[in-house]
Amino acid sequence: MSILGTRVVRTEDPVFLTRGATYTDDLTDERLTGALHLTLVRSPIAHATITSIDIEAALAAPGVVAVYTGADCDLAPALLFPAANKAMLRPFLATDRVRYVGEAVAAVLTEEAYQGEDAAELVDVDYEPLDVVVGMKDALKDEVLLFPEAGTNSVTKMHLAKEEAPEDLFADCEVVVSKEILNQRVAAAPLETRAASGYWGEDGRCTIFCSTQNAQSARDEVAGWMGIDAKDLRLILPDVGGGFGAKIGADPEFALVGWLSKKVGRPVRWNESRSENMTGMVQGRGQLQTVTIGGDRDGTVKAYRLDVVADAGAYPRLGVALPMFTRMMAPGTYDIPKVWSTAKVVATNTTSTAAYRGAGRPEATQAIERAMDLFADAIDMDPAELRKKNVVKPEQFPFTTKGGAEYDTGEYAKAIDLALQAADYEGLRAEQARRRQEGGPLQLGIGVSSYVEITGGGAFVENATVEVHADGTVTVLTGTSPHGQGHATAWAMLASEELGIPVDKITVIHGDTDLIPKGAGTMGSRSLQTGGIAVHNAAVELVELAKQRAAEQLEANVDDLVIENGTVQVKGTGTGVSLADLAGADELKVFHEWDGKKPTFPFGAHVALVELDVESGKATVERIWAVDDAGPILNPLIFDGQRHGGIAQGIAQAMLEEVVWDEEGQPLTATFADYGIPSAAELPSFDLVTMETPTTINSMGYKGIGEAGTIGSCPAVQNAVIDAVSHLGVEHIDMPLTPLRVWEAIQEASK
Amino acid sequence: MKVEITVNGERTSADVEPRTLLAHYLRENVGLKATNIGCDTTSCGACTVLVDGESVKSCTVLAVQADQQSVTTMEGLGTYADGELSHPVAAAFRQEHGLQCGFCTPGMVMAAVSLIDENPDLTEADVREGLEGNLCRCTGYHNIVRAVLVAAGKDPDAAQAAGTEDKTIPPGFSTGKAEPSRTGPGEGDA
Repeated sequence: MSILGTRVVRTEDPVFLTRGATYTDDLTDERLTGALHLTLVRSPIAHATITSIDIEAALAAPGVVAVYTGADCDLAPALLFPAANKAMLRPFLATDRVRYVGEAVAAVLTEEAYQGEDAAELVDVDYEPLDVVVGMKDALKDEVLLFPEAGTNSVTKMHLAKEEAPEDLFADCEVVVSKEILNQRVAAAPLETRAASGYWGEDGRCTIFCSTQNAQSARDEVAGWMGIDAKDLRLILPDVGGGFGAKIGADPEFALVGWLSKKVGRPVRWNESRSENMTGMVQGRGQLQTVTIGGDRDGTVKAYRLDVVADAGAYPRLGVALPMFTRMMAPGTYDIPKVWSTAKVVATNTTSTAAYRGAGRPEATQAIERAMDLFADAIDMDPAELRKKNVVKPEQFPFTTKGGAEYDTGEYAKAIDLALQAADYEGLRAEQARRRQEGGPLQLGIGVSSYVEITGGGAFVENATVEVHADGTVTVLTGTSPHGQGHATAWAMLASEELGIPVDKITVIHGDTDLIPKGAGTMGSRSLQTGGIAVHNAAVELVELAKQRAAEQLEANVDDLVIENGTVQVKGTGTGVSLADLAGADELKVFHEWDGKKPTFPFGAHVALVELDVESGKATVERIWAVDDAGPILNPLIFDGQRHGGIAQGIAQAMLEEVVWDEEGQPLTATFADYGIPSAAELPSFDLVTMETPTTINSMGYKGIGEAGTIGSCPAVQNAVIDAVSHLGVEHIDMPLTPLRVWEAIQEASK
Repeated sequence: MKVEITVNGERTSADVEPRTLLAHYLRENVGLKATNIGCDTTSCGACTVLVDGESVKSCTVLAVQADQQSVTTMEGLGTYADGELSHPVAAAFRQEHGLQCGFCTPGMVMAAVSLIDENPDLTEADVREGLEGNLCRCTGYHNIVRAVLVAAGKDPDAAQAAGTEDKTIPPGFSTGKAEPSRTGPGEGDA
């Protein structure tokens, strides 16, 4: 019986549940013996020139070994995103100017961690405040410039539409609706903050242990920043405590750790606090969108326009690239004849942006799914019906969209139907109508979303090495980089299926650039359809290799050989030789590089039910029914776990989370006491419905599931909350849908 | 200051600064790294341990306050041998996939141990409220709640269905079947 598709509990868990995982800050590696603790002095001002820095008092404090400022740092300021304005360079320690609260200004090295916090307080920095720009619209005015030498806050022209919007875009539409909506800034907030430890070996090579989602590209980035050859840098990932996109690539602090270690000639450890993390770690979303949708009263959507302004924060990073996905996925699941989009990216005196679960695609989905509800409302049509009428039909696949994506496979209307059926949509609508008629304070809102997203969109190539050892155990080396996704189990299942060796004898290794020099890591829900396929293919090749060797040894025809329980056997006889014995005779190892060449497009539909108290504005998510189709399911336990986490983060963005700065650029949400990360008490259990439509781009049919839940749930919940008050005249409320915002919207609509 | 703390049944002692947090004492002085620190505002609960049997956030307790007391961390909870986790809470977390990246897990497990100890007759709502002080960013809590219910001897499917019925939605169209359906397309989940 095949192990694929079965519920296998994770091989990671026994260690995680006894002595605990080993994160970067947990390392007791002897190579880090005698490490100094790095504490960074960070700017408390959002925009200022630095007039002086006095480190004398800090140098004299107990346990202080060294204090360095930007003047001491010979790492060249770096352009953190290649396509950004070339003047928008980030120094590793600020020299003359700071551009956001949390920017590193000085580095304090101490024997003990507590001493670092004390000494950092004693570094005396004089700031001359400058005007601050926080809002995206204000930044576009170019009145306050972050980089005067750039002459503009505009970061890139890469996402501007090639041509002006056609004047007749909406000319043949009976109804046109337009709305400005904010996809607010949110914090990824993995429970493990950023961390790195580094030392230099006697061979002149630097080793950095760090928390990231892709060791190999982080190695290349850090080496570049440090000005050393990539072969002289080894990155090792201990366990990583969540990433959600914010740990893609390296952080400048990693290079500082390497540089400081060389400068002082001792190992250096750095582990940021949560308050540092909430301003220092890259954040997600942050798009101001204007949606315009047009069509006929019969529910035919004919044209859609999306104008985006994306917030890069102070120093442009990966966030600059993400409007590419937003524009590509703009039309969502719908076959809309005319689509036009454009995006500007602007720098502000805030934390830099990058990927957060979905990374550009949730922004597209939120926009089109709000637009569909606005249009449904305008023509007085049921929003689920409107969606089903306009989705791409099964016979249209592969379908090239007006956004330029080639959707591989999908059954969008069926997904909507499954979600509606699971929710008893008609029953919910009847109950909603009853409550509206009664007029009590507790009203129901029902939200629907239909979504398609792109997985494996960033990097199509991944590799794996599978090796059988003489003792019958197996090692799998992978270029993916799990941080909660269970690859140790899932990749072992893929190898086990081919080799006939049980999962508990298979060890999966990742994240050591000396052992695995190539690899693209884990992001964009890419791992299974790239790294998983590479493991599968490597295992298939290894079996072929083993059969050839066994054929010689057994004097049999290769075609007569089968694998059973880790043994190559001659069909129908008792004769055979084990993979272990073959490995004992000669190395039994296969490296495979797989290039999928294309991304895949998972899809689904969610229905959310909220109960909303119209007197207080408080909405509660009561239920969510989710259809998430990412092709065949390798392990339902892990698959559904990814959906649960994704759904929770989508609900959290809709209801609770927002990174907020005041006008002076002071962060108001820099701790977990202020930022609305949800607890178990704020979330319901989730109702999941299975649907499995294989992709055509790989032999196993696998698509990615990591981000789907977030992409589907967030618009369903926002639509549900607005639906709960739509009978009061409310058309739209920006996220997060806090009681205050909902209450204000009700009051505004009643005027 | 000198402190003597029994940790997982073993006597430990050290001279510590008065400001040393219990979490740091456990990690740095005793060398037990399962107890994680995820925030600096007592919000996340990753550092939850038992002090004389009661769950506390060890980032909010000074080591000196735990002097002469007994602390249990996840390392002291049980073992893994012959394919089995010996402690029922740990076993249930694995069985129900109540952990992903693992960072919140030691604190979550210790909070769950304490919760079950305090109230053996837990409902889904009890579990959700009881774990309010422990944040997880990976699981959406769905499977953590199930794991705690299982460890408490409850049927998680029944408990989650009952939790739905408790809500203001009238019965009849909200069956609350939370176990992911493995039915084929068309059969739905309701």
